[in-house]
Amino acid sequence: MMLTIAQASLVPLWIIVGYLALLLGLGVVSSRFFKGTAADYFVVSRSVGSFLLLMSVFGTTMTGFALVGSTGESFAKGIGVYGLMASWSGLVHSAVFFLIGIRLWAVGKRYGYLTQCEYFRDRFDSPALGYILFSILVLLLIPYLLVGVIASGRFLQATTAGMFPDTFVMTLPNGNPHPLTGSLPLWLGSLVVCLVVLGYVFFGGLRGAVWANTFQTIVFMTTGVIAFYLIAQKFGGLQAASAKLLESTSAERAARGSQIGQAQFFTYCFVPLSVGMFPHLFQHWLTARSARSFRLTVVAHPVFIAIVWTPCILIGMWAAGLFADGGLRLPKNPDGTPISNAVLGAVINQLVHSNVLSGLVGAGVLAAIMSSLDSQFMCIGTMFTNDIVVRTCGHDRFSDRQKVWISRVFILAIVGVTYGLAVYMMGDDRRSQSVFALGVWCFSGFAALFPLVFAAVYWKRATRAGALASVLVAAAVWAVLFYRDIFAEKPPGSEDEKLILGMMPVTFIFAASALTIILVSLITRPLPEATVRRFFDPDAGDRR
Amino acid sequence: MTPARRSTAWWVIWTLAAVLFVLHHDFWFWDDRTLVLGFLPVGLAYHVAYSVAAALLWLAAVRFAWPHHIEEWADGTTSDPNATSARIKA
Repeated sequence: MMLTIAQASLVPLWIIVGYLALLLGLGVVSSRFFKGTAADYFVVSRSVGSFLLLMSVFGTTMTGFALVGSTGESFAKGIGVYGLMASWSGLVHSAVFFLIGIRLWAVGKRYGYLTQCEYFRDRFDSPALGYILFSILVLLLIPYLLVGVIASGRFLQATTAGMFPDTFVMTLPNGNPHPLTGSLPLWLGSLVVCLVVLGYVFFGGLRGAVWANTFQTIVFMTTGVIAFYLIAQKFGGLQAASAKLLESTSAERAARGSQIGQAQFFTYCFVPLSVGMFPHLFQHWLTARSARSFRLTVVAHPVFIAIVWTPCILIGMWAAGLFADGGLRLPKNPDGTPISNAVLGAVINQLVHSNVLSGLVGAGVLAAIMSSLDSQFMCIGTMFTNDIVVRTCGHDRFSDRQKVWISRVFILAIVGVTYGLAVYMMGDDRRSQSVFALGVWCFSGFAALFPLVFAAVYWKRATRAGALASVLVAAAVWAVLFYRDIFAEKPPGSEDEKLILGMMPVTFIFAASALTIILVSLITRPLPEATVRRFFDPDAGDRR
Repeated sequence: MTPARRSTAWWVIWTLAAVLFVLHHDFWFWDDRTLVLGFLPVGLAYHVAYSVAAALLWLAAVRFAWPHHIEEWADGTTSDPNATSARIKA
């Protein structure tokens, strides 16, 4: 006998469609300001002021994990997740913006750089380093892109469940309706998101991404706060919600206890160093009008992180108490454990019963995902154009107009390839999970390259051989630890163990990379004085 | 601000940053479930306050340890922000 499924309200979908339409409109408007030059397309003519820089940098560093993942992690591991990810990021991200971002902005402006590889190639006088870095950075970015594309498809699928019961029918092997029947298929949700991002990046370039990121950051911060207020009310207020948690069997979520190890908590500090080597963030730094534009970003970034993360951590913690008492239903993994990423959606659906809030939070989560995707698509297009095509054919071979069109073609191709790969990965749950595991490892890869950028900016004695060796050692150690985590056989009972001696694996990759650049630089010939002097003048008269 | 005072400010800021780095590891609240303001677990309250302290530290950094010279240096060669032709040839 076939069970009939009632059609879910279309209100959340219409809110999301309206939001996506606004983004496209923003892209069209931003393209009207395009000046036709390559510098305008790639770095907004280095004209972005304090507010737009803050919003675009924050939007780029925050992914969908900031809303959905943080709530789920808090549900599973308690409040320690904030200290692990949010407060470390507040301290370390701003330190990187202050110590590295401003210096790279200055070098970029003085010499007209558009990509990281251009800078490192000149800094270490090594075309080989430029090509090696290009390969590594693109390889690390692709899984990051795939995570965003797949996550957007999955999120739209979950949000639209039951909206089209006659069009998109899904059944379980036993013939009963699938819980997600009537939802937009993964391929369609991902396609829509890819096309919207492509639309405003293709025409507006990085200006389109900066404007969209600013709007998206406002959306996901606002929706997060609104959702928190309404959810807290449904729990009976802030104090009642926390009191219920302490009375439940999940009371340990209010502390760290054995849920997070001490060594893991400390060594997580290496992960946020990844922002120092994100190529898409480097490109955003270059858009700043002046060094002073960084001031607001440096100061406000930790507060913005607190505004986004604190409500999500509290919701996740409260949800754990509710779930333990049987007041919250969650879909389950094959091993019977609840799917933690479903917590935020379940709390909204089962407690607040508001289609408008579901739509707003849906728009907020997509905003967080897309504000990273756009910069990454834009960045890879810029790198292919400048590090490969212009580098190979000659700097004066193309006009600005041609460079912009070359970049657009690359962006189109990258979106197409990423989407194709995402559809292939989404066809199989195991493949899809492996992309997410790889995405987590990408952060470690970028963080492992941090010693390179720090030495490039602050250590005159760093040599070409030291830089090359550091990059290659980081890649080798990363590959070995990645293989150990994902492919190698593990002892029974520790299949999910990602830590090494209780520490984050990035600790070891970072240490290997840092030691290599120091030791190899000390035993190899220094770079010519003239090469070094070009990049170290900013230190003169600064603080001494 | 004179160069000497700026140098002192620079060292003070980075010493404070090192202190803040160490203070991140609040093992003393590790197992404490006490609620601050009746709803915020003390371990979470500490780290939210930590985020605010980080913002204040960076506020002091941009106020007292700002690399003023860097702006003029950045403008040294490329006065036209649209220019890309001033690139160093590798």
